[in-house]
Amino acid sequence: METLLQKIALHQEYIYIVILMIFLGIEVIGRVPSVLHTPLMSGANAIHGVVIIGAIIVMGKAESDNYIALILGFLAVILGTLNVVGGFVVTDRMLEMFKHKK
Amino acid sequence: MAFSVLTIIYLLASVSFITGLKMLSNPSTARRGNLIAAAGMALAIFGTIFLYTDDTGTKLGNYSWIFAALFIGSVVGTMAARKVKMTAMPEMVSLFNGMGGACAALISIVEFNHLSHEIYQSAGITLNDIFPASASYSAWFSEMAIILAGLVIGAISFAGSMIAWAKLNGRINDFSFKGQHIFNIVLFVVVLGLAGWMAGVYQNANNMVFYLILVLSLLYGVFFVLPIGGADMPVVISLLNSFTGVAAACGGFLYNNKAMLTGGILVGAAGTLLTILMCKAMNRSLLNVLIGSFGASAAGTAKSQVQGNFKEINLSDAAILLSYANRVMIVPGYGLAVAQAQHSCHELEKLLASRGVDVKYAIHPVAGRMPGHMNVLLAEADVAYEQLHEMEEANEEFPTTDVVLVLGANDVVNPAAKSDPGSPIYGMPILEVELAKTCIVNKRSMKPGYAGIENELFFRPRTSMLFGDAKKVLQDLTAEIKNL
Repeated sequence: METLLQKIALHQEYIYIVILMIFLGIEVIGRVPSVLHTPLMSGANAIHGVVIIGAIIVMGKAESDNYIALILGFLAVILGTLNVVGGFVVTDRMLEMFKHKK
Repeated sequence: MAFSVLTIIYLLASVSFITGLKMLSNPSTARRGNLIAAAGMALAIFGTIFLYTDDTGTKLGNYSWIFAALFIGSVVGTMAARKVKMTAMPEMVSLFNGMGGACAALISIVEFNHLSHEIYQSAGITLNDIFPASASYSAWFSEMAIILAGLVIGAISFAGSMIAWAKLNGRINDFSFKGQHIFNIVLFVVVLGLAGWMAGVYQNANNMVFYLILVLSLLYGVFFVLPIGGADMPVVISLLNSFTGVAAACGGFLYNNKAMLTGGILVGAAGTLLTILMCKAMNRSLLNVLIGSFGASAAGTAKSQVQGNFKEINLSDAAILLSYANRVMIVPGYGLAVAQAQHSCHELEKLLASRGVDVKYAIHPVAGRMPGHMNVLLAEADVAYEQLHEMEEANEEFPTTDVVLVLGANDVVNPAAKSDPGSPIYGMPILEVELAKTCIVNKRSMKPGYAGIENELFFRPRTSMLFGDAKKVLQDLTAEIKNL
């Protein structure tokens, strides 16, 4: 019990971020007209591609003789890039079509 | 110095994600919002590559590997995203989402190997030698719990997204077996239990247990999505999207990285809300979607309750009806999306408008293959934004509408949703097309829609059926009207 409380105290910064982000995420989406649901889902999809940062760190830290880490990290960076680049490009393509509307 | 610059870069990236999402929720700023989020992402990626240092101050290595992977991913991603047809958009989103999930799972695998390597490097070393004795349990628990969470969520998201992608593609069909609900729940509990046990009780970096958890999570992802019918796929994709967000946030905890944390949680929360909004539009609870195979149970309960005669209309009669009407409402649905008939539809609409017919579109919130998908498709065909009417508005106008043209929509215009409490779609808000003077329904056949139930609308006296592929029918109609 005490360790749990200590943990909470130690990581309170993160707990704040998580809670605030949850509210923010809900707030931001709550006012979206249904017209934009698909582009929005696609845009959010691209944003969670931020996981690529972790992949880059894994890749960059891998020792040069640790082939498993190198290969898995390499794959992870490719997949993460696909998520980010593909996600943003697809979203842009969808939104492009709304351009000459007011 | 470098590290504090990176901190500011991450801060900027986080702000850009929030601003981007915010701007994405308004039609006039959406495109710029997307670009802002993309710019923030690029900043975060390159900042990480060049400025990241770990606890000991070591910078990242393996630049050639990193850039090679970035290059491959960018080229393939851009090509895929540029080439994909607008109607195949949902598959594409699902596929990219799966990539993100797989990425998160791979990170967990590498970090786990790292951890177990540390432990087993020299024989006889125990956990207490790595973590200070007083904090060993707690430190182990946090790290392992986060690694496992990233693994489980990432793997489920990956496997589920792949199945969703293949299903929307038509590569695999719905599949369910008796007792699958129970099976899924048991599987899920086993995964959770194993993961909890490994992190909390077992306290051992055992490869076998770890990979067993991975395999079971993948399996769960597959069985979770397999039985769910196509109509629920958007909900599933949206849910898996938020899963991947949470998986990314796990990486944020693992590396103390606030950009990953904010981006991940933001998407996790927004995705969950979007999922709930979609469920609401279909009058289903999220739990129902999560546990259940809608398609299977629905098809069982209400098969062929409505029978009777439907009346067919030929092209020239339909053309006459449409061109002499005052007000026409077009109800596009999945069939239009599949036939890629949005351009032909716009042609017909322009022709009718040039003859003085007042033409509008009625868009059901879940029409097409994803909420808002219909709007994207029609926007692609240059249909004016003002002509698209949302459900509430459209429902007020149906009583004064002369002809409703239903193009490949079925469940969203099924009156059973209002009148038959036994129907699986009972309570779902629908477009009340039966209130219009006449209703022409274009479908390829009398086969039921995704919910697997008959549509009483087709047998009503004011309804006539116009069979055929939406695109061909629309082109023929346009030709007919020109000849009038």
